[in-house]
Formats: sequence, C-alpha cells, structure tokens
Amino acid sequence: MPSMTMIQALNSALDTMMSRDPNVLTFGEDVGYFGGVFRVTEHLQEKYGAKRCFDAPINETGIAGAAIGMAVYGLRPVIEIQFADYMYPAYDQLVSEAARIRYRSAADYTVPLTVRMPYGGGIYGGQTHSQSPEALFTHVAGLKTVIPSTPYDAKGLLISAIEDDDPVIFLEPKRVYNGPFDGRRDRPVQPWSKHAASEVPDGYYKIPLGKANIVRAGADCTVLAYGTMVHVALAAAEDAGIDAEVIDLRTLVPLDIETIVQSVAKTGRCVIVHEATRTSGFGAELSALVQEHCFYKLEAPIQRVTGFDTPYPHALEWDYFPTPPRIIKAMRRVMEG
Amino acid sequence: MSSRKPNALEMHVPAPRARPGDKPDFSGWSLPEPGATPRPDVDASAGEMRDYAYGLVRVLDMEGNALGPWAPHLPPENLRRGLKTMLLTRAFDERMHRAQRQGKTSFYMQCFGEEAVSVAQAMALHPDDMCFPSYRQQGVLITRDYPLIDMMHQIYSNAKDPMKGRQLPVMYSSKKDGFFSVSGNLATQVPQAVGWALASAYSGDVRIASTWLGEGSTAEGDFHAGMTFASVYRAPVLINVVNNQWAISSFQGIAGGENTTFAARAVGYGIPPLRVDGNDFLAVYAVTQWAAERARSNLGPTLIEHFTYRAGPHSTSDDPARYRPADEARAWPLGDPVERLKQHLITLGEWSEEQHRTAQEAAVETVRTAGREAEKVGVLGVEGAHTRGSMFEDVYSEMPWHLKQQRDELGA
Repeated sequence: MPSMTMIQALNSALDTMMSRDPNVLTFGEDVGYFGGVFRVTEHLQEKYGAKRCFDAPINETGIAGAAIGMAVYGLRPVIEIQFADYMYPAYDQLVSEAARIRYRSAADYTVPLTVRMPYGGGIYGGQTHSQSPEALFTHVAGLKTVIPSTPYDAKGLLISAIEDDDPVIFLEPKRVYNGPFDGRRDRPVQPWSKHAASEVPDGYYKIPLGKANIVRAGADCTVLAYGTMVHVALAAAEDAGIDAEVIDLRTLVPLDIETIVQSVAKTGRCVIVHEATRTSGFGAELSALVQEHCFYKLEAPIQRVTGFDTPYPHALEWDYFPTPPRIIKAMRRVMEG
Repeated sequence: MSSRKPNALEMHVPAPRARPGDKPDFSGWSLPEPGATPRPDVDASAGEMRDYAYGLVRVLDMEGNALGPWAPHLPPENLRRGLKTMLLTRAFDERMHRAQRQGKTSFYMQCFGEEAVSVAQAMALHPDDMCFPSYRQQGVLITRDYPLIDMMHQIYSNAKDPMKGRQLPVMYSSKKDGFFSVSGNLATQVPQAVGWALASAYSGDVRIASTWLGEGSTAEGDFHAGMTFASVYRAPVLINVVNNQWAISSFQGIAGGENTTFAARAVGYGIPPLRVDGNDFLAVYAVTQWAAERARSNLGPTLIEHFTYRAGPHSTSDDPARYRPADEARAWPLGDPVERLKQHLITLGEWSEEQHRTAQEAAVETVRTAGREAEKVGVLGVEGAHTRGSMFEDVYSEMPWHLKQQRDELGA
C-alpha cells in the first residue's frame, strides 16, 4: 500500500472520485494549472482537462455561489477556499443558501457540495492564514462539518463528503498536511511515511461521516480532539505518562456522541482540545453534551484547552497554539479532581 | 463647534426628485423614440454594444404601434396569450394582496406594473430553461402554467403547501417548472444562476439560465461575483436587472443609478448590455429572445436592465405614500404594460374593449375559483396543517441523532 502525505491522500481522493464520476469537478483560486497553493489539486487539470479542474477568480462569494448552482443542476462540485480565513465572503452563500436549499424547497432542490478549506495555525501565517472557523459552521443547521487528522482518514472522509447529498464543510489541518506535527517544537517533525495512517489505498474507500476514532485507548481520562490537535493530544499523553483515551472526532456534525459518552462514562474525566478561540467554540458544545450525558459519571470539572480569545498573533504564535504542556496541565487538573 | 474650512469637503447623499406632496418629476431622463434603436447581430462583441447600456430599446409607441427592427412580429394568438397571462397575474396579485389584508396570510408581494418583465421573458425563453428568480417573478410560474392553487397553498402555508409551511409567502420553488427556490436574501441567486448555466454547458446540455434581481440588489457583492463568473467562463445566462425605481423606500440613486445606468454595470465586465422599456411587452420579448439566442450559441451572458416602475408597495408591510408622491405610478412616462399591449392588439384589430373586459373577468373568476379551493384547504395559522415533526425533516438527507432528539423533546 502506498505511503502518502495528507496532501497526496486528498489529491488521491479527488482523483479517485473524478475518475469514477463525471459529475465531480473542482475549482478554486490557483487550483487549475498550478494545482493549488498547497498542491492538493496537482496534475488534476492535466489528467481531466480544464473544464473539470480550473482556476477561479479571487471571489469566494462567486466560487461558493457558482458551485451551489452547479450542485443544484446535479453536479458534485468540490471547491477549494484557499485558506479558511478567506471563507467569510462566501459565508452568506454557505449559511443562507447551501445549508437551507433542501429545507426551504422541501427537498425539491439539493446541494451536494463539498467545500474544502485549509485551517489552523502553526505555520507563521498570522491572523489571516491561521484561523479555525469550524464553530461558525457547526452552528448552522443543514451543514455537515468534517475535519480529518491523518492521510488515511483524509481520503476516506473526503470521498464520503463528495458522495454525500448535503453540503459538507471539509476543514483540512494544514499544519499536518506534510507530517504529523504534534506540537513538540523541540523535535523534528516525523514524515508521514513513518506513521501507520499514511498507508493509503490507491482506489476507492470511504470512512463514514459521523464516526469518531479512538486513536489511543486509555483508562485515566478522555481527550476529545480533531485535526492537528489529535497529534498534540497524543504527544501530551505520552509526555505526561497519563493513560488517556484520545478520541479523534473526525466529524463535528453529525457528531459521534455514543463514542464520546462511552469513553467519558468509563474514565469519568474529560479534556477538550481545539485550536479555535474558546468562547462559543466547538469545545463549549462538547462540554455541554458531555455534561448532559455524563454528569453523574464525571469525577472532575471538564477542562478546555483552546486558542485564546484573541486574533492569531504572528510573533506569539507558539504561545497561542495549544501545545502538549498546556494539555498536560489540563489532564492533571482532571486527574486531581 | 469648529468653524467650516473654506476648502472643506462635502459628502453627497442622493435624493429623489420628488417626495410625498411633490409633483412627480421624471424630467431628467431622455427616452429614445420607439423603433429608433438598431438591433445588433447576436454575435456582436460586448464592445460594439456599449451604447445600448445608455439607450432604451422600445418597440411599442404610446398609441400601440410596433416599430423598428426589434419588433418581434409575434402571431396575434401569442400576444393574446401574453396579455391574458398578465391579466391573470394581476388578478392573482390583487386577490392575494387582499387576502393578506384579511388576515389570511402574513405577507404578500405584488408585481403590479412589472408584469411584462416576467411574462414576456417566460414566453421568450424555452419552457425548460432554468429560472433563478427574485421574489417578484410570479409571472414566470403563471406563464409556465404552474397551478395558481399551489401558489395559494404556499402563500397560506396550508396543509397542501408544496414548501411544507417552511417559507415566507411568495418564496415558491418548482423544479419541474425550472423555477428555483426563492431565497429572500438578495442577489444570492445571481452567482447560482451562473453556476447552473456553467453546469449546463459542462454537461453538454442545451438549456440556458435566466436570473432576476432588483436594481437595489445590484449593490450586493453577489451580483458582481455573478457578473465576474458569467464573463470569465462565458456562461449561457441572462442576468435581468429589474429597475423598478424603488428598493423599498430607497430610490434607484441610492443603488448608484444617479451617475449611470444599471445596464452600464455590464460594460466593465465585457458583458453585452441591453436596456429595455420594461413596460413594453414586445421590447422585453425581443431583447430576451436576442439574449437567449446569444446564450444558446455559446456567445455567453447578457445583462438586461428592465426600465420599469413598481406601481404597488414593496410588500404588504410597506406604505409607499410615506416616501414618494402618491400619483407617481400614474405619471410614469412609459405607461402600464397591460394597457399598452391591449392597445397594440386593438390597433392590430386583434382585440377589443369588450374582449378585454371578458378576459379580465375570466382572470378574476379563475383566481376566485382557485382561491376558494385553496381556502377550503386552509389559511395561515390553521392548527395541524403540518405535523410538528415535519419541522425536522429535510434539514439533511437523513435525520441525524441530534435532530431526532430535538424532535422527541418537542414531543413530535
């Protein structure tokens, strides 16, 4: 089985779907001839022609709006928003239109659209190339929100997203595009090739939306994470010698509540980790759900480790980015509780 | 208070020529003579078309004669069909406007005075061309023989509402009639129409798309996004700006119409502009036919500005007497679309006052019959028209656990 980076796995997912289904096409800024600024669509124009993989004007409203029209026609467009931070001009199209067209037309029209966007910090991208806007999508009825953490998951989840009949927001943790960075900046980042989840089948396979993955079984506490933070959480558990159960949520909406509840019921302790700002972040939803479902099993207050409620600071990026020591502190707090 | 600097800058806020109590004043516009505008070949370049952004295509004069190269030479039965459809649309509007006043529904929007735009256009397009309407294109549905009673069910949000009571009145949707779900958020349909048209071209289909928005909504970014994409990928789409002079209480100058025309927006995008007398059924038909032929020939999009007047209120929630002269609609220099087509048919010897009266009565009767039937099914607020559980359906293709839980919480 070939070893792939997350970039290559995403490219392979698009390649697989474009070869299987003539209704799948992809476009976005720099997506065509050049293959995307992160190379996710590399060689697709060469292979499938300019009509199936093309460059778009720098206008996210237009990219989303046109893709919605295409999806309404019956195609399955996959659009790339170059950085999640550039998504805001498209927000109205995604929230007021894509998310609601099925509902408002009583299922007369549907929008099988996939919106890919790299998110997250740790690349010295400053406040316009580092944001994690997942909660702006999870708050919207009618959207599904997916975030992979490994090449294997990225491909399987992207294929599921493309085949899904609803609009799917597909957030890609760009810090782990080329290697499973785990927040330990004092060590060189391992290449994906040394990670088991870089083994990615060439052909078609799916990972169902709405199913979490227990990436580390443990008895001491539960850590809920997604994207880059899955790797950081694993590193934290290792560094602290805590037997944490680390759950990679993979899909935020619909959420795999069963896996979460089973785990927290077992450990009685829960740490939630995300990179996005804290207030009204997805961690707040997770915290509420865990409390609602597991209150009588909880041995300690739920802890959140998140980005701070500030814009993403350029020079102080590593104070903002949740690193293993911050997660370890939170784990210790729930262990002491 | 600081004293005013001699070279102080001044901010300009546009204001209409006439407000309530003033005499209507349309003296600022020069209107080309009917029949005076040449008809270019459909493969004319956008550059050659520039002057059309500032002119006005007119066919009918005010005496009912069809003049010049844009005259579409429609058979009289088509003209009669157009007139009857406009009469039906007007009768429908009158009844539904009244129904709102009677408390049978929450809201209604007429297209009074703008009937020619959607009726002539729907007749000039193919029946399976895809329409991405704004909220004032009920004439498209009526022209396509969508049942009036289903429109009423929608307006009443009753048990037979095809939208299951989810949408504000007039936000129709009918896929089989090529009528896209009306949003209510303005101009969002423009890039969508462009995308649909691109998908049609991508798929080797022969259907084209047409979209409508008001002149006020051209200020939205979505309009410009749509124009950019339409131009870049040469989308087979008609972008119709219905300039009815008023966006609720804001006159067209607030959207930028004081300094240029809305058709002129096309010039910067390299899209051919056409500006047409929107109260002239024949002219609207002719420019639509031109733009549709252009789109079908892979020559790309056209922007059409329909120069018309919103003779009624914006909606049932609006009172235009508070911001414009009460008799402004009557003073509109381009008259009323129904009266003008009627006059044309009479001039041709294909219609009479008596036939008109009969047709009007028939339209009112058709609407009345449908109305009574619809009201038997129910008006807004009738208990049990929709199961409470239906609120949770169609949010997703399959209902996820959290919606099931919320449905149970409601006891539905």
